[in-house]
Amino acid sequence: MTTSTRPHDYAGGPYPGAPAAHTSTGVAAARATDLSKVYGQGETQVVALDRITVEFRRAEFTAIMGPSGSGKSTLMHCMAGLDAISSGSARIGETELTGLKDKKLTQLRRDRVGFIFQAFNLLPTLSALENITLPMDIAGRKPDKAWLDRVIQTVGLADRLKHRPNQLSGGQQQRVAVARALASQPEIIFGDEPTGNLDSRAGAEVLGFLRNSVRELGQTVVMVTHDPVAAAYADRVVFLADGRIVDDMAGPTADSVLERMKSFDAKARRS
Amino acid sequence: MLRTALRNVFAHKARLLMTMLAVLLGVAFVSGTLVFTSTISDAFQKSSQKGYADVDVSIRQDGSDAPQGRETVSPLSQRALDKAANLPGAASATGVVSGFAALSDKDGKLVGDGFSTQGANYYAGRDGKGTDARYPMKDGQAPRAEGQIALDAKTAERTGYQVGDTVRTSVNGPVREEKVTGIFTTDDGNVAAGGTLVLYDNATAQKLFAKPGEYTEIALKAGPGVSQTALKEQAQKVLPADTEAVTGKKLADDESKAIENSMSGMKTSLLAFAGIALFVGIFIIANTFTMLVAQRTKELALLRAVGASRRQVTRSVLIEALVVGAVAGLAGMAAGVGIAAGLRAVVGNMGNMPDGPLVIEPNTVVVSLIVGVLVTLLAAWLPARRAAKIPPVAAMGALHAPASTRSLILRNTIGALFSAAGAALVLMATKADDGKAPMGLGAALLVIGVFILTPLLSRPLIAAAAPVLRLFNVSGKLARQNAVRNPRRTAATASALMVGLTLITGLTVIASGVQQAVNKMASDSLKADYTISMANFTQLSPEVEKKLVQSDQVTATSPLRNAYADIGDESEYLTGVNGSSIGKLTNIDFTAGGWPGLSSGKKVVVDNATAKEKGWKLGSDFTVTYEDGRKATLTVGGLYEGNQMIKGILVDNKAVTPHMSEVADMQVLAKTKDGAGDEVKEALTKQLGDNPAILVEDKKDISEGIAQMINILLNMLYGLLAMAVIVAVLGVINTLAMSVFERGQEIGMLRAIGLDRRGIKRMVRLESLVISLFGGVLGIALGVFFGWAAGELIAGAGLDTYTLVLPWGRLGIFLALAAVVGVLAALWPARRAARLNMLAAIKTE
Repeated sequence: MTTSTRPHDYAGGPYPGAPAAHTSTGVAAARATDLSKVYGQGETQVVALDRITVEFRRAEFTAIMGPSGSGKSTLMHCMAGLDAISSGSARIGETELTGLKDKKLTQLRRDRVGFIFQAFNLLPTLSALENITLPMDIAGRKPDKAWLDRVIQTVGLADRLKHRPNQLSGGQQQRVAVARALASQPEIIFGDEPTGNLDSRAGAEVLGFLRNSVRELGQTVVMVTHDPVAAAYADRVVFLADGRIVDDMAGPTADSVLERMKSFDAKARRS
Repeated sequence: MLRTALRNVFAHKARLLMTMLAVLLGVAFVSGTLVFTSTISDAFQKSSQKGYADVDVSIRQDGSDAPQGRETVSPLSQRALDKAANLPGAASATGVVSGFAALSDKDGKLVGDGFSTQGANYYAGRDGKGTDARYPMKDGQAPRAEGQIALDAKTAERTGYQVGDTVRTSVNGPVREEKVTGIFTTDDGNVAAGGTLVLYDNATAQKLFAKPGEYTEIALKAGPGVSQTALKEQAQKVLPADTEAVTGKKLADDESKAIENSMSGMKTSLLAFAGIALFVGIFIIANTFTMLVAQRTKELALLRAVGASRRQVTRSVLIEALVVGAVAGLAGMAAGVGIAAGLRAVVGNMGNMPDGPLVIEPNTVVVSLIVGVLVTLLAAWLPARRAAKIPPVAAMGALHAPASTRSLILRNTIGALFSAAGAALVLMATKADDGKAPMGLGAALLVIGVFILTPLLSRPLIAAAAPVLRLFNVSGKLARQNAVRNPRRTAATASALMVGLTLITGLTVIASGVQQAVNKMASDSLKADYTISMANFTQLSPEVEKKLVQSDQVTATSPLRNAYADIGDESEYLTGVNGSSIGKLTNIDFTAGGWPGLSSGKKVVVDNATAKEKGWKLGSDFTVTYEDGRKATLTVGGLYEGNQMIKGILVDNKAVTPHMSEVADMQVLAKTKDGAGDEVKEALTKQLGDNPAILVEDKKDISEGIAQMINILLNMLYGLLAMAVIVAVLGVINTLAMSVFERGQEIGMLRAIGLDRRGIKRMVRLESLVISLFGGVLGIALGVFFGWAAGELIAGAGLDTYTLVLPWGRLGIFLALAAVVGVLAALWPARRAARLNMLAAIKTE
């Protein structure tokens, strides 16, 4: 896990704060209603998410922030159909995830959701290109050639396509992962600390691609992070603490996010 | 370090499970063999001691200087028995006469396998009114006159015969109808081992097995206070010529020794198969420890970084192996005892073994434990050394350091050299006169070479499967790539399976060739439709041929009669035949001369091998001295190419029969009007009086009989090699389980981005299938090569009709077997992979 001293690396850097909020179409790409997630039973019961209601709008870049243990990763896992919820509802588009059988859920993740993980998670036996087209290969679909080229151009991997992951740098690997998420044109992309394992320069690159994909390609991205600078690339930041949404900030900057986080820390120390 | 090692064993219980099982199975095989053989041995020895309990001294023919094969007349007359009975130290003397006696069951078939059916006399004392202590009657009465018999209780139970039933027996030809007057129990060793014993009254038995008034053995019981040796000394004074006195103890000891010997042969061959299973186990153990060391690279490097020496790291891995070996050795020992108990029960139920307790010798325990520990340590040695080579800096660096290419180049070079040398030696051996030793060496070299080369071979061979795997989309593609991802691991796993399949295939190829050769020999060398012989291949009464001739079906017959004679300084058998009909019954290739003149009794035909040995040519004359001392001059009238069915010196019976003390035939060849067929066979059998002791076989029966023997042998070998295959399956399971564990993160990611459980399962299964088929293809290819090479040796060693036969059906089955191994081995790892918790898997470490 990276530490929260990271934001200072970006302070005064060449990257501007996020622009004004992007115009939303008003239709939610994903929505949680009264979503609760409880681990364990009886005495040892832990409430990870406590009746959360939140909406992720189309073509918007949302960051989920919060201190460690706030439930931000759990929220993402539940929204992405990676983890089952205890009560309430989670939807991707109009599809209710609760009650879906594993097979349907897997199909939904395959066809409608894209993922970017902190640890890149590429298959070492496949070339960069094969990794990018993997979700389509699994679905048995032919990738849309024009779109694929555009994605590859965007992430700047055209000359690295034949390389294996272990021949690529960390930043390049994560760009492959971004391309993989974008290539199948999913309704929504979830990122779990996508820059957590990258140095600041490579992290900025990846975040830039994600923002561009929202701006230029109309992609919807939801990203979990605890890095205020990363959050500043988003259109909107949702703050979580103790399994509840405590704030919702539009047009964040690194400084405003950092301020907000500091107040959590102070609160946590007081209590 | 000891504590670290022990903790590691406990921490990796699950991952060491397969290794333990592999060692356990091998050790169980070893200890099972040892326990089973000592149990059988012990039971037979006890039974043989019991069998000789009533014999203190035995007077029998002195076998040492009797010429082999010559029928000597037994010198043990009634007078000798009386003399022995009157010895001061003798409490009683029993005259014994025994020999082969066939008994037919209720369906008219021979009871037993033809070699274990014995007949003997019921010796009722000098006056014929006493009882025979050896055979206490359980039911009914002892046989007192011709036409009466008694049966042993086991046989009576097996056949369902009861007192009062009429049964058919035969001793050397004619059928006898007898009435069962009694059922007896006995400690006779042959009966204890599942044989049949038919008792005749004394006079009948003498007539059947010796001559009236004569015995084959006299058994003396010592009086009170007389030792066996003392009695033997007394007996030696009254011994008739050509006989010897032996104490009961010596007889029992000799039999013990014989049992020991036959058991040790069985033990050695069983242990050889146990060795193969253990050898296969070595691959799995080595693989497991290699993987464990690789997974623990960081941990071991950390140990080194905080100051552990290389030797300490090596030792910690070896201590782990020691614990695994000891635990598996102990468990294997226990399992072996279980296997032996099971086998004993099975053999006991078949009635082929006397009862007795399970014998676990201290040696067995020690050997099992040592084998378990040594094999494990040996296999873990290389991985342990590799562990020591991990530099401390690896604690900070990447997880798995890739194997250097240099070592693979070196490895491939060594492997290629071994393989080439091995293959060359095998090829040379096929052309050599005595090729056994070089072929064995060459085969060993080639197998080792292929072991070393398997990592290299894995890529092209597995790539060849790509077109098929493409049918399975992503799962197939990933499976193929995973299979070649770690060539050494794949190679070790496949090699384990290869060993078993090489042996199975090789044996099958040889067996197919031999079977075809035998078929060909039977059909090529014989024109006769039937051969008639005794069920136990002892001699037939000449009456049999006479009876056959009377049948209107039979158009030509000839006996094959062994006549013993001296030619020059050497003893030889002449084969007496019917000179005028033998040409119609056999089909042999003359290189010079032919049949004409044979029926005169003055000419012989000789196979080339014998002629060369004797220096005879067509027209050579030679002098023979017959059994009765008469001499005659014979002329070589034909030279032929001998084979397994017909070989040696053939002469007309006219020339030899008058000189034989007892006329008997080895076999009778017969040609029939209607050829071979069920009806003809029935007619011949009927003509011979539905005799259970006589086998009437057509060519098909002969080859089927041999085929059956080959099949039984082959099935036994399959059964023994199955253990090696089972151990190999454990290896595949092990490798897959470890791979699934190592690739947890990847599998989690695949699940997250949309590969369903079925797809994951299929990926693991296909990987397993690819590895197993790779081992299977290598094994079958090597097996065919060795089978071919060994076949060349067999053909060179005299089985001229041998040609290579590729049993495609069986080879297909073996390949399918490899596939089944792959699918079965993947069951559990695939399930585990599909059930993997996605979230735990994709979380960073």
